Amino acid sequence: MTDEIDRDPPSPLRRKLLMGMAAAPMMGMLTRASFADVPATSAVNTTGLAVTDTDVTVGILHSITGTMAISETGSVEAEKLAISQINAAGGVLGRQIKFIQEDGASDWPTFAEKAKKLLVENKCAAVFGCWTSASRKAVLPVFEQYNGMLYYPTFYEGLEQSKNVIYTGQEATQQILAGLNWINTTKDAKTFYLLGSDYIWPRTSNKIARKHIENHLTGCKVVGEEYFPLGDTQFNSVINKIKLTKPDVIYAIIVGGSNVAFYKQLKAAGIDLSKQLLLTISVTEDEIDGIGGENIAGAYACMKYFQSLDNANNKAFVPAFKAMWGEKTVIGDVTQAAYLGPNLWKLTAEKAGSFDIDKIAAASPGVEFKGAPEGYVRIHENHHLWSRTRVGRARADGQYDVVFETPDLVEPNPFPKGYQ
Amino acid sequence: MFGDYSLSDLGAIFAMQGFAGLILFSVFLLMALGLAIIFGQMGVINMAHGEFMILGAYVTWLTSNFFQAHLPALFGGYFFVAMVLAFFASGALGMLVEWGLIRHLYKRPLDTLLATWGLSLILQQCYRSIFGAREVGVDLPQWMLGSFQVTDAIQIPINGVFVMVLTILITCAVAYILYWSRWGRQVRAVVQNRVMAGAVGINTEKVDRYTFALGCGVAGVAGSAFTMIGSTGPTSGQLYIVDTFLVVVFGGAASLLGTIASAFTISQAQSTLEFFLSGSMAKVITLLAIVGILMLRPQGLFALKVRK
Repeated sequence: MTDEIDRDPPSPLRRKLLMGMAAAPMMGMLTRASFADVPATSAVNTTGLAVTDTDVTVGILHSITGTMAISETGSVEAEKLAISQINAAGGVLGRQIKFIQEDGASDWPTFAEKAKKLLVENKCAAVFGCWTSASRKAVLPVFEQYNGMLYYPTFYEGLEQSKNVIYTGQEATQQILAGLNWINTTKDAKTFYLLGSDYIWPRTSNKIARKHIENHLTGCKVVGEEYFPLGDTQFNSVINKIKLTKPDVIYAIIVGGSNVAFYKQLKAAGIDLSKQLLLTISVTEDEIDGIGGENIAGAYACMKYFQSLDNANNKAFVPAFKAMWGEKTVIGDVTQAAYLGPNLWKLTAEKAGSFDIDKIAAASPGVEFKGAPEGYVRIHENHHLWSRTRVGRARADGQYDVVFETPDLVEPNPFPKGYQ
Repeated sequence: MFGDYSLSDLGAIFAMQGFAGLILFSVFLLMALGLAIIFGQMGVINMAHGEFMILGAYVTWLTSNFFQAHLPALFGGYFFVAMVLAFFASGALGMLVEWGLIRHLYKRPLDTLLATWGLSLILQQCYRSIFGAREVGVDLPQWMLGSFQVTDAIQIPINGVFVMVLTILITCAVAYILYWSRWGRQVRAVVQNRVMAGAVGINTEKVDRYTFALGCGVAGVAGSAFTMIGSTGPTSGQLYIVDTFLVVVFGGAASLLGTIASAFTISQAQSTLEFFLSGSMAKVITLLAIVGILMLRPQGLFALKVRK
């Protein structure tokens, strides 16, 4: 009874498995032979990063729980897509990318703690992550102390530059100036009403917008500037003020749940965005999902990427994204910028011929990514990206029609003179 | 700031501003009603109140999707169905929570605060897992969009008026239930003297459960109505919770009339100040005023007179 199993002849499946296992080492040799140009680990990794002969480990650090999960989900999806595409195409320096994902939980100290874990414990060669400026400010000292590399996707207020960060989103002037110039020249707009949620990004951005309107656009002025606590849902009073002052342009930098309330109430109050100009830098396709296309149709947004962008790269990117994450997902500006991160890192590592952080940082300026969905980007000396600025007009179906694009790449200028 | 405007312009703006204040009043009252029942009648500090509201909002979203897919002809009326469903969904969840959690903690008010706060985090993450982290957009029927054109310059948002009417109806219903119905008498009897109420044959546990469920159900209806003006996401409930407590505490905990008066005072102050100052400053001044008044009158605007 006890020996019954042993007396059975080996099953065919088991024999096949055994044969497969025996052949496995040879398979490994074959792969090695076919990628004869894979550089030795000792050559590409002199600083003890998590790099082996076959793979390299990176980190993804976003909030997947808490308030910010709503915004950061798209970035995580884009980064995973980019990594899987790079792996399918042969990896980086012959190595497959493995990622470790950590949850910042919308809490800034948690971000710092997880960043330290990714760098110190996991020895990640690069980290793709953060969304809010607050989370970036929290991890910055960690990346500088432990010499890591962060690819940060969000458009932000500028006034920062670090050897250890590549900013793949726009800094403030890239996002603001071209849009204001455009609405001033083509729509003959002279008066502006500035609105924002009450924290650093909208305040800094509106400050730059105000300086530009007052000092660089002739005959233009700001007729109102107001801030609302994060999460505020009542805008009827300011809408009445807007009706009273009748500005040519409402310039809105409202974020999060407030956005939804603002546009719904604007529409309910009878302000027709097909007649009233409204320019925003905070509403991407992601936000329109919550606002409802019919509430915001007609508004203009100034971004560097729209899902509807018509170029070959984007025509490949959008279906690939939807195939991986579902037909209903939308792709906003930041999601696209997050997609650039792993790709830029790969190109930089190949240019440097190394994963070492110092070599990546030094090799970054001048790296070009011709396959970017937004068209073409290049890393500037200051670790921000040269990229085009575009203006789109919201449609009722939640997409934007691109109505303007700067003819040249706009230079990133995180410390703009005369705007501070 | 008014120098350049004609008198009729100003008149129109003030009329609309008056309505903005009334709409804010309705919103405040609607969010506070459910809490006024739970906190006022039962003394339970329900930190998960916002999440019960958002459950109502998600039910509305599901109903709207269902009608769009299966009953497009009746889409114009889906909102009424949604509100009823929202009431029962939030009410049922409330009953479950009372049975599983709250009833064990009646004698430990501070622990209810922690437990319901934990519950709010759990519910948020549940919504995130079930409905996704992104906000969902609830489509409104066409007749609810836009505004009434009263005169050339005065426009009154239709959904604002809808919220106002709804608030009046629900307030009347709650007042009727609490003050004139047999069940309301039982609730008040339990609030005043639990042991005695039990002694005369009132099933106090059942009264507790239904009171809590009623408060949660009203929160669900509020959440359903707020899909018209605000966002619907896993954490949207957090946007309302502070204002809600403010209204209830300022009004005096156990008084429905106090809740109404306090919602009116706060909303008018805020909306007027917002017009003359900026949004953030209006909030600061309103809060300062409330703190000041509560220091002088800790029991709130209206308080039950009790012998101490």
